[in-house]
Amino acid sequence: MYAMKTGWPWLMAAWLLALLSTLGALFLGEVMGMTPCLLCWYQRIAMFPLALILGMAAFGDDRRGAFYALPLALIGTGLAAYHNALIVGWVPSWWIPCGEGPSCSQQSLVVFQSIQIPWLSLLAFTAITLLLTVFLRKTRS
Amino acid sequence: MNTKKITVIGLLALLAGAFFFGVTSYQKGVQTAQDKQNRVEQSRLVRMHSPVFGPANAPVTIVEFFDPACETCRAFYPIVKDLLAQYPTEVRLVIRYAPLHKGSDVVVKLLEASKRQGKYQAVLEAVLEAQPAWADHGQPNVMLAFQAAAQTGLNITLALEDAQRPEMEALLQQDIADLTALKVSKTPTFFVNGRSLPSFGPDQLASLVAEEVAKLGR
Repeated sequence: MYAMKTGWPWLMAAWLLALLSTLGALFLGEVMGMTPCLLCWYQRIAMFPLALILGMAAFGDDRRGAFYALPLALIGTGLAAYHNALIVGWVPSWWIPCGEGPSCSQQSLVVFQSIQIPWLSLLAFTAITLLLTVFLRKTRS
Repeated sequence: MNTKKITVIGLLALLAGAFFFGVTSYQKGVQTAQDKQNRVEQSRLVRMHSPVFGPANAPVTIVEFFDPACETCRAFYPIVKDLLAQYPTEVRLVIRYAPLHKGSDVVVKLLEASKRQGKYQAVLEAVLEAQPAWADHGQPNVMLAFQAAAQTGLNITLALEDAQRPEMEALLQQDIADLTALKVSKTPTFFVNGRSLPSFGPDQLASLVAEEVAKLGR
């Protein structure tokens, strides 16, 4: 089938992941009312457009969509990696004066018993990056 | 339309549907938990000191957790006033204070002090009217609120003296303790006969009040 040959399912899978992550973040923030911390905000900024760009790319089977989305996925991966390193304590936490917002490193946000949200973020960004890379390689002309 | 387009649209619809379902059931769960909490902590909904609008023995009670510095509380004031006018004998409004913003506590004490001069409603309306001027969330200027209150003919010197009374602080602390126990974190929060709104909005408030009034069977 044509779709299998072009690698479209890889693009679709990347979009689906971005959409799931976006809806998940919106649910936590807007429905459950958890205030996103600063680093969470930066990761949202990278994730939300991915759901739109990859959606349009998958809809039109447009290779360039994946190309444009890749920088966002990479930036997101970097931010999520730093965020997780901060939580684990691999990098020194930066001291900012305490404001009203939640703290990035002493965060207690867990879903499904013990899964940290930044960890899910890293997983999603990494998976999207990998899926897009595979897709771009498969469709290279 | 090829298969890919249909797949994308189908998946989008599926996930949007799942999201909507999740939102609805989550909100329902929150509402149920809140209503249960309200039944357990019923005594915390209305206190002897709480200001009441409308007939004191009205069968339907709207409890509003209120912050004089909150914009939405300001926007809801005429809405709630209309509801009281619509049901003049059935509904009363009980104001509870939720001083979530900087400077709110001072203004709450001023309001309570104006009660001693019989000017509660006039001062409340003046303070709400002037809210955009004094209630900047970063740098509130309560002096402007005092000025607005003085416009109503309130003896502001006496009122500010009264605001220093220990019972004012006690009243404020009681309201804060109650709102913490009831897990109220936003203003305005409305309870109609102890029931919370299914989702926030003026229509939802009006229909919940109408529901409780209809229960009276009159």
